[in-house]
Amino acid sequence: MAVIFPKSSDIILKVAGAVAGIGAVIAVAAFTYYTYPTVIDTGYQPVQPVPYSHKLHAGQLGLDCYYCHSTVYKAAFAAVPATSTCMNCHTQVKKDSPRLEPVRQSYATGKPVPWVQIHRLPDYVYFNHSAHLSAGVSCVSCHGRIDQMIEVHQEKPLNMAMCLECHRDPAPNVRPANLVTKLDWVPDRDPREIGAEIVAQKHLDPPTNCSGCHR
Amino acid sequence: MSLITIQTPNVTGKKYWRSLNQLADTKEFRDWVHHEFPANATEMLDGNSRRTVLKLMAASFGLAGLAACNRPVEHILPNSAGTEADNYLPGEPFHFATVMSIGGHVTGLLVETHDGRPTKIEGNPDHPHSLGAATAIQQALVLGMYDPDRSAKVLQGGKESTWPALESAVQKLSLGDGSGLRFLSGFVSSPTLDSQRTAILKKFPKAKWVEYEALSRDNELAGANMAFGQPLYVHPKWDKAKVVVSLDHDFLNLDAPTPFFTLAFSKRRRVGSEEDLDKMNRLYAVESQFSLTGANADHRLRMKGSDVQQFATDLAAALGAMPGLNVVNNGGAADKRAKFLAAVVKDLKAAGPEALVVAGPRQPASVNALVALINEKLGSACVTYTKPVIDKSNSGIDALKTLAGEMSAGQVSTLVILSGNPVYSAPADLQFPVALSKVATSIHLGAEEDETSAAATWHIPEAHLLESWGDEASSEGAASIQQPMIEPMYGGKTPIEIVNWVTTGKFTKSHDIVKSYWLAQFTGDKEQAWRKALHDGVVAASKTVDPIKVTVDTKKLATALGAASKAASTGIEVGFYPSSATWDGRYANNGWLQEAPDPISKLVWGNAAMISPKLARDQKLTDGDIISLTRGNVKMEAAVMVQPGHADDAVSISLGYGREKCGRVGKDVGSNANLIRTTDGFYFAQGFTLAATGKREILATTQERGTGDQQHDRPLAREVAIDEYKKNPKSIEEMSEVPEIHSIYSEFTYDKGNQWGMAIDLTSCTGCNACVVACVAENNTPVVGKDQVLRGREMHWIRMDRYYSGDENDPEVIEQPIPCMQCENAPCENVCPVQATSHSPEGLNDMAYNRCVGTRYCANNCPFKVRHFNFLNFHKHEPELVGLVYNPDVSVRMRGVMEKCTYCVQRIEETKIKAKRDGRREIKDGEIKTACQQTCPAEAIVFGNINDPNSRVAKLKKQERNYAMLAELGIKPRTTYLAKLRNPNPELTA
Repeated sequence: MAVIFPKSSDIILKVAGAVAGIGAVIAVAAFTYYTYPTVIDTGYQPVQPVPYSHKLHAGQLGLDCYYCHSTVYKAAFAAVPATSTCMNCHTQVKKDSPRLEPVRQSYATGKPVPWVQIHRLPDYVYFNHSAHLSAGVSCVSCHGRIDQMIEVHQEKPLNMAMCLECHRDPAPNVRPANLVTKLDWVPDRDPREIGAEIVAQKHLDPPTNCSGCHR
Repeated sequence: MSLITIQTPNVTGKKYWRSLNQLADTKEFRDWVHHEFPANATEMLDGNSRRTVLKLMAASFGLAGLAACNRPVEHILPNSAGTEADNYLPGEPFHFATVMSIGGHVTGLLVETHDGRPTKIEGNPDHPHSLGAATAIQQALVLGMYDPDRSAKVLQGGKESTWPALESAVQKLSLGDGSGLRFLSGFVSSPTLDSQRTAILKKFPKAKWVEYEALSRDNELAGANMAFGQPLYVHPKWDKAKVVVSLDHDFLNLDAPTPFFTLAFSKRRRVGSEEDLDKMNRLYAVESQFSLTGANADHRLRMKGSDVQQFATDLAAALGAMPGLNVVNNGGAADKRAKFLAAVVKDLKAAGPEALVVAGPRQPASVNALVALINEKLGSACVTYTKPVIDKSNSGIDALKTLAGEMSAGQVSTLVILSGNPVYSAPADLQFPVALSKVATSIHLGAEEDETSAAATWHIPEAHLLESWGDEASSEGAASIQQPMIEPMYGGKTPIEIVNWVTTGKFTKSHDIVKSYWLAQFTGDKEQAWRKALHDGVVAASKTVDPIKVTVDTKKLATALGAASKAASTGIEVGFYPSSATWDGRYANNGWLQEAPDPISKLVWGNAAMISPKLARDQKLTDGDIISLTRGNVKMEAAVMVQPGHADDAVSISLGYGREKCGRVGKDVGSNANLIRTTDGFYFAQGFTLAATGKREILATTQERGTGDQQHDRPLAREVAIDEYKKNPKSIEEMSEVPEIHSIYSEFTYDKGNQWGMAIDLTSCTGCNACVVACVAENNTPVVGKDQVLRGREMHWIRMDRYYSGDENDPEVIEQPIPCMQCENAPCENVCPVQATSHSPEGLNDMAYNRCVGTRYCANNCPFKVRHFNFLNFHKHEPELVGLVYNPDVSVRMRGVMEKCTYCVQRIEETKIKAKRDGRREIKDGEIKTACQQTCPAEAIVFGNINDPNSRVAKLKKQERNYAMLAELGIKPRTTYLAKLRNPNPELTA
């Protein structure tokens, strides 16, 4: 009986198998890489209903973070300010700007401005802003240089590895409590040294067990 | 499972048993304990076949992969113009004081809200009847607010109507002098409503206002009327009494829907030090149904409810309380009753001013009067009497009977029913539905579309307690304002609003009515006083009435008693009891309560006709057999449950079940005892015929749950009599031998920082279930339903174990709450393949739900069976609205995840963070309270840092009676127990 497939087809089969195998490896690797929080979450920059510039307000005008996110020292959530906070200034400044129309609308109707959430943790993680601020962890450690962002994007992956890294070794991220909202703070010596002193002085011992964050 | 004929048990020595099946050691029981996860326990039950589920899963994996590429947009919606409250912080809890009343028992509450939604009810520490504690029912009220089955529509003749239609109907009412106007309400304890009533009766002189409660305090008032010639409230001073005799008064549970009685009673039951041993009270209980009071009594005598009157008479006679009374002794020296009576008499006399006798609300006026006489004769300083602050002259069954008569005769043209369900709860012989149909305009204000709303011409949705303005005054007159936390979700109205609307034609909000009433009472800065009253939860200006001095008019009493005396009881007696879950039926649609096991029978999702083992044997009945109870022309059917220690020839049945028109939770659960409840046998009735029907019903209990084979004959719940304990304080420790075992793993060291531990005092614990419901509310534990309970899948993080010991006819009971023991060498941890459960440096056995893959190895390896597995996605099938009740500080668990008690780790972490914010590291003792501890009216649960020698928990653990359950396994549980101390009368134990 005649040979249907020439001998060379064996090689094709082997090559096809190898390609499929390599392809599978690449697919798994790609899936893992692209769904990894550092890749999928960092850089997330949705379009906000009002083109609010943190660079202008927090950077150039020098508003303290606490002026708007006023609950950070007292509560788990860093609240997004009520429209009335915006209107403290914008009844005087740029009061006719068309870009501020949604804010004025909200103020008049009582309906909230639908800001889009950027920094988001899973529901089973109980992060508390006040605990971190009282320990001396600056906003910049998790949120980056917000004061340099025109439109805010997610700078850090905010994954569990990132949390644990700091919880295991908090010194590099701890600074004097009065400087936590000073995003452009430049320490006069090694920040780790300063941090280590504060850690020792405040007896900081961040939890690394499950219930520290998961309840 | 567990439906078997009782075999005569073979008991030697003090052997503990959980159920009659275990005592008889039947095959069914052994099978049940061997199958920790009962047969087919992993089958899907929600109608989807495995194949469909697998297909769906495959599809959703695919979708999940795609969906992950695009992050879903989520919005943050801040307030627009700030908030009214300056100190409001988004996401942080906010507390409001309010008050609630059940049948005249008033308790102040503190409601926790998260961003405007009430999530948890606790007792108000500033309220004298709560001191921070709350009962199971009170805590479950918060779930009732989110009940999607609540009434939301105006109904006319049972059909949907509109508010304008109702408004025009109200405008058209011609009330004249009020001769056809009647009001029917529950127990009025609201000063504002009472002032409205006074005004109405003045404006409409011929109108009448009737108060009716299916379970009331009327006999208490009537008894005082018989003894003293005036209706008075009785205030037992439980904490002053050394000897307490309860005549059919379940003051620790069903007859006291307030934590107040347990709170006061347990003051003399807690043993903190050596001196407390001598101060401990002694409790005698005489009753028919096995109640929690009977279970906590040092001595209990069972008898039919109708025989208690004779016992009270004999007690009075033996004490020489009234000339002409003689002891009817129906037995020789060996007679249990005679012996009990003699011992009680001697003990009471010895206690003198520290003696207290109480009669239950079920017992007729004559027994209540006799008790007043006995207390007077004993010179008891443990009871005071006060005049009602709010008039009670037209209250009770007689008043309802008159009203029903007037209604049937067509004399009532307008009937306003304020928040009650009389069509369901009125005695059967009054034919209330027929009478109601003769009323031209009946307006029913009710929280749900129930039996009454269907029969009335108009139905108005009622606002929930947490949505309404109102007020309540305790029977001593201490008033509190009821303030809402949320706008009525379904546009419900309050009784105060409806009364005002119907009688004036104008609608005024109850806030304005209540506020104007109280502003008129205040002096000085009225607005300030109002704000303070709202903040504190008690009105400082409200006058508590002083107790009055009264003496029994023995001559009049003798005549009254003669008239009230009845022939000795014959035939089968049926007694009607409140339900620990639904009370009189009003909480039937509350899943938390339906699933909280009855403290004694451990029955969930239903009621049963409780009978004694002897009656069961005589009638050849077993658990679940449906019997019929017939008397004259009333008849009902109910499933039987054999209750050890129940009086013979008597049947006890809980009211509040068998609701025909009710929401999806409570509909057709159990059987309706109101069908055989009549005005002449309101609390217990004689002469019933009991017959088996041949039908059966499966009763769901949590009774045998958690009994592993390995636990046989091990001293899990330990107890000792005081005298023995004094003689040998080591007796508790000696009950088990604890070998020195070392773990093969390196052991943790816990000598630094906070080391959390718990001590549970079995002496003061009554087994009331308050902790069980507190835990459900705090930790988002799902309700699983009867079917799932039958499969052993109930999810409660605290299991209230109840062990019987001794004779099946007169067993002793010990209750033991079992949360996670937080073992130091936790057996669950080293079998978890994914490290979803691991140890924290503070000694907690942490559970990371998001890591759990559901192997259930941990539950298999837990010696206490405190781990619970989410076999189904229990929360998924809940109506969306119910989700609003969840505590946002605790994850809601999904299918396939194991869960268990965490020592309320969210509260621990929250307090630690608060301390850090305040710039301190130390947590003060008592600063963290677990949910179960916080609500325990007996203060039986103490949690704290065992590393601090001065903490309460560390001190308690130093007591000799402190023991760890199953310590012999070398697991070092952090939760330990303080053995139950009993205070028996040596004369009765000999």
